[in-house]
Amino acid sequence: MHAFEYHRPKSMKDALSLLRKVDNAKPLAGGQSLVAALKLRLAKPGALVDLGALEELGGIKLEGGTLTIGALTRHSDVAGSKDVAIGIPALARLAGGIGDRQVRNQGTLGGSLANNDPAADYPAAALGLGATIKTNKREIAADKFFTGLFETALRPGEVIVSVSFPLPKRAAYVKFRNPASRFALVGVFVSESAGTVRVAVTGAGQDGVFRAKTMEKRLAENFSPDAIAKVRISADDLSSDVHASAEYRAHLVTVLAQRAVAAAIAGK
Amino acid sequence: MNAPLIGQSIKRKEDVRFLTGAGQYTDDVALTGQTYAYFLRSPHAHAKIRRIDVTQARAAPGVVAVFTGDDLAAAKVGGLPCGWLITDVNGQPMKEPPHPPLAQGKVRYAGDHVAVVIAETLHQAKDAAELIDVDYEVLPAVVKVEDARKPGAQVVHEAAPDNTCYVWSIGDKGAADKAFSAAHQVTTLEFINNRLVPNAIEPRAAVASYSRADDAYTLYVANQNPHVERLLMTAFVLGLPEHKVRVIAPDVGGGFGSKIYLYAEETVITWAAKQVNRPIKWTAERSESFLSDAHGRDHVTKAELALDRNGKFTAMRVTTTANLGAYLSTFASCIPTILYATLLAGQYTTPVIYCEVTAVFTNTAPVDAYRGAGRPEATYVVERLVETAAREMKLDPAELRRRNFIREFPYQTPVALLYDTGDYEATLAEALKLADVAGFAARRKDAEQRGKLRGLGYSTYIEACGIAPSNVAGSLGARAGLFEAGEIRVHPTGSVTVFTGSHAHGQGHETTFAQVVADRLGVAIENVDIVHGDTGRILFGMGTYGSRSIAVGGTAIIKAIDKIVAKGKKIAAHLLEAAESDIEYDRGNFTVAGTDRKKTIGEVAFAAYVPHNYPLDKLEPGLNESAFYDPTNFTFPAGSHICEVEIDPDTGQTRIVNFTAVDDFGKVINPMIVEGQVHGGLAQGIGQALLEGCVYDPESGQLLTGTFMDYAIPRADDLPNFKVGTQETPCTHNPLGVKGCGEAGAIGAPAAVMNAITDALWPLGVRDVEMPATSERVWRAMQSAKGKRKAA
Amino acid sequence: MSITISMTVNGKAVRKELDPRTLLVEFLRDHMRLTGTHVGCDTAHCGACTVHVNGRATKSCNVLAAQMEGASIVTIEGIAPNGELHPMQAAFREHHGLQCGFCTPGMVMNAIELANRYPDPSEETVRSELDGNLCRCTGYQNIVKAVQAGAKAMKR
Repeated sequence: MHAFEYHRPKSMKDALSLLRKVDNAKPLAGGQSLVAALKLRLAKPGALVDLGALEELGGIKLEGGTLTIGALTRHSDVAGSKDVAIGIPALARLAGGIGDRQVRNQGTLGGSLANNDPAADYPAAALGLGATIKTNKREIAADKFFTGLFETALRPGEVIVSVSFPLPKRAAYVKFRNPASRFALVGVFVSESAGTVRVAVTGAGQDGVFRAKTMEKRLAENFSPDAIAKVRISADDLSSDVHASAEYRAHLVTVLAQRAVAAAIAGK
Repeated sequence: MNAPLIGQSIKRKEDVRFLTGAGQYTDDVALTGQTYAYFLRSPHAHAKIRRIDVTQARAAPGVVAVFTGDDLAAAKVGGLPCGWLITDVNGQPMKEPPHPPLAQGKVRYAGDHVAVVIAETLHQAKDAAELIDVDYEVLPAVVKVEDARKPGAQVVHEAAPDNTCYVWSIGDKGAADKAFSAAHQVTTLEFINNRLVPNAIEPRAAVASYSRADDAYTLYVANQNPHVERLLMTAFVLGLPEHKVRVIAPDVGGGFGSKIYLYAEETVITWAAKQVNRPIKWTAERSESFLSDAHGRDHVTKAELALDRNGKFTAMRVTTTANLGAYLSTFASCIPTILYATLLAGQYTTPVIYCEVTAVFTNTAPVDAYRGAGRPEATYVVERLVETAAREMKLDPAELRRRNFIREFPYQTPVALLYDTGDYEATLAEALKLADVAGFAARRKDAEQRGKLRGLGYSTYIEACGIAPSNVAGSLGARAGLFEAGEIRVHPTGSVTVFTGSHAHGQGHETTFAQVVADRLGVAIENVDIVHGDTGRILFGMGTYGSRSIAVGGTAIIKAIDKIVAKGKKIAAHLLEAAESDIEYDRGNFTVAGTDRKKTIGEVAFAAYVPHNYPLDKLEPGLNESAFYDPTNFTFPAGSHICEVEIDPDTGQTRIVNFTAVDDFGKVINPMIVEGQVHGGLAQGIGQALLEGCVYDPESGQLLTGTFMDYAIPRADDLPNFKVGTQETPCTHNPLGVKGCGEAGAIGAPAAVMNAITDALWPLGVRDVEMPATSERVWRAMQSAKGKRKAA
Repeated sequence: MSITISMTVNGKAVRKELDPRTLLVEFLRDHMRLTGTHVGCDTAHCGACTVHVNGRATKSCNVLAAQMEGASIVTIEGIAPNGELHPMQAAFREHHGLQCGFCTPGMVMNAIELANRYPDPSEETVRSELDGNLCRCTGYQNIVKAVQAGAKAMKR
């Protein structure tokens, strides 16, 4: 680990001012990706601003057709939340399948979205549900938030405060795990809301999470696995690595999307 | 008298310290004034080092010293030795290029050791390492086994211009060729035995210190054989007198072969401890383990089996190229030869076997023994061939095996080994029952209805454990003995300390060895302690590898007990005023034959240490005996593994739904521990078959699977519950009748899994799938078979 | 730069000055000399470093000690302070759920949280909840048995 300054502000105001003032300062949430990157000397921030003491970044609220989750909410709290289970059970199940128990106990929603790992689960949920990411400065639609590999629309000094998920009529997430990392080799989040269908794919895209729009169109016409059985995602923009070829990933997208649709219909 | 302890599932004596966090692993050792070492490693697979500038690093905060290969050369530190000399088919010794602990002039694999920084803290050592300026001239790398001997291939060592360490063969080629030309059926397979990274959960670690007071060194190291480590380090590398180096291998968190070897890191810090006159600690990070622990397997093989009309095997021909990596690790050379080709008879009467092995250097980490070491590779060859031949001849694979089983013992194979005993029919019969093979057809049908493909595969393996005897091994090139030492100290009050040269790093010797001793000496097991892993306390030891501990180390202990009993009889005879020849001994009791007059071992021990009534004119006081034991032969555990898989045809994902292992380890000392050893071996064998594959970039030689992010070892939810059974045909040439059980699972499982997968896919036209059988590989095999059928 | 942190470790209040890059596991092992918590990897996969942070199983190699300000930490040394084995530890011994012992403390710590969460866990639950803990020795079968038995014993 390279040397860095460490700050643990007690208020959001202090946190933002530190992030503004200190050179190359990086916010620290649960740290489940960032600390690992620090250890491998892959990240070299000048300072860490630990958001851990900011209680205003926690909390889960279900009201008016929207589920709002504070940025610092741990995965295991999302997985175990009654409100989430009532509002978007698919999201609870997704959170319960992130990493492993210990990682879920520390990792946070905001941290995961801000990191935008191309194989992470939460980006698929945010995009697949059409979430809105609320920062200290503005509200960003998920469609505009994920801008590339480990890249987001967040600007320096901008911190995620909460994420609002509109409640879908039905939804499901199906993940095919990388047997080593347990991240998604491919994961597909499908949701259906009044008249619109979203299909978000993680683990597969060279630029991170993306929407499978052809599938969305077919499913909007006919929300059934058969409707997309023949839809093939082009392998051209998918990643190929030691774990899977782009071609296999493309194949999995179709298989998993069908399974997600079936699960959404079955309410599982 | 209590019930015998041998054969009982006694709970482990070592568990309480491990469960409470009181274990003492190497990294737990903290010495006063200790510094930290960090090794700068090569970022390139192959490069010339034009220049190393350590000026800035030496001046960095907290840095105590920085050393490079030049410093070691100037101090006349030697290269790391190889412990087994293989003779090439042309009669020449194998090529043994130098293996400097820190690179000299060239780096030969990504992770090769370039320099060491010793600093007050690990952070400081790492920070300083970044300041070392190395000017590399990057060279092309040779990475894949298949590329090593291509004309014009990059040369790894000038001493081996064709990248060939040796070509070695065993068996009668002429006779094999003749049998093949007369064969009714020839089954041919070509495959890769995938490269593996051992990944004991405790990373390698070492703490070295030097004492000016007695000019002596102490090295704590995570190692499986501290005496061998000391011998190699003192005699071959550092030129130190052996009695001035104490090597302690305390609690060791798994080894699986990877901690047998003498590595650069502990060698360098031992040397450096005197230079800096401070203790030095080095602990590998997992990424370093991936880069620099000796890897396992990595063979490319073409194998053929000839059969007659009735399915009798008439000959086998095998050609293997084995990757040794960039340097010869401690026992690298004997793994793909002595421990591989000699196992190709398996459980069968194949009369003629010929095998040729070419061992090559590449720009990858050194390859050496990993759980099974040569025997899993041999079993894979034999068992994949047999199963495939059965399918090609439309014979029941179990029946084909039965037709070829060896049934008369001792049996001399055509590849050097002399099996002393076994009952292969019995293990197979038990396995068929336990696995409910009779019900498989129904289970397959049920799976089909659920849209799944189900397959069943066998592996009836043989292994050779307790490699021996020393003189024979010596004639085959071994540069070390293969005996074991043990010492029994009966204390005045009758409690016992046992010193063994075997080392336990999970095997439970502190319990099983204590069971044997407590049983033979008739003392409570609580009063028997097993001491191991310290050259300062144990007279000698060859350590633990090749499933040898109970068969060789256990026998050395028995020999020492025999001496205790012999002396005890003399003492008892004196105390009981009887003739020595009239004293009978049974589990702690010395009795005058035909009477109830007796002395217990405790009474005898007390008399030996308080020799007031004692034949001092004829007998030394004390009750402490040691023994060395060199076995007369290998032991030959064998077994039948049956695997059942289900494959999701949409994704290719394979799940093991049943796994049955029935093994014959001879006499079992502690069934609970033996079962645990089988479970662990199976997990690693299944890991090889389904999950584990070490991959280097074929061009750059960069390790692509260098962390647990990219290299999968089995987790709890990857594995089924195993059904495990044992049969006992006692070994005929050691007093306990034991054979060894540590590697069996890893030896038998890969072939069973792959035979099950290919069974499931056979109807689709799939003939083989490469290990690890990842979802994509299985899916692709199905796709390409589909494509072929369409084309046909 | 060094920082001062305060936390409770195995019931005792601790206050130390630290380099901010100190990981929780380094703090426990090197500063507190609680060496029962182990380090088996550098990517937060193996789980040998698992401790409880405010009752939750956490990989102590993957959080900074600084993040633990005010937290209550329990390590393997803190679960059975009276010298008797915790029911989960006893179950591991009874069912031979350990071999080399290196992964064991982390395994036990995660198993205790598992049992708190699922008092009567199925085999499937145990296998999936243990996917953050790697064991290279046992093949997990006896660990699964031990965790189920340990959970049962903890209810008593």
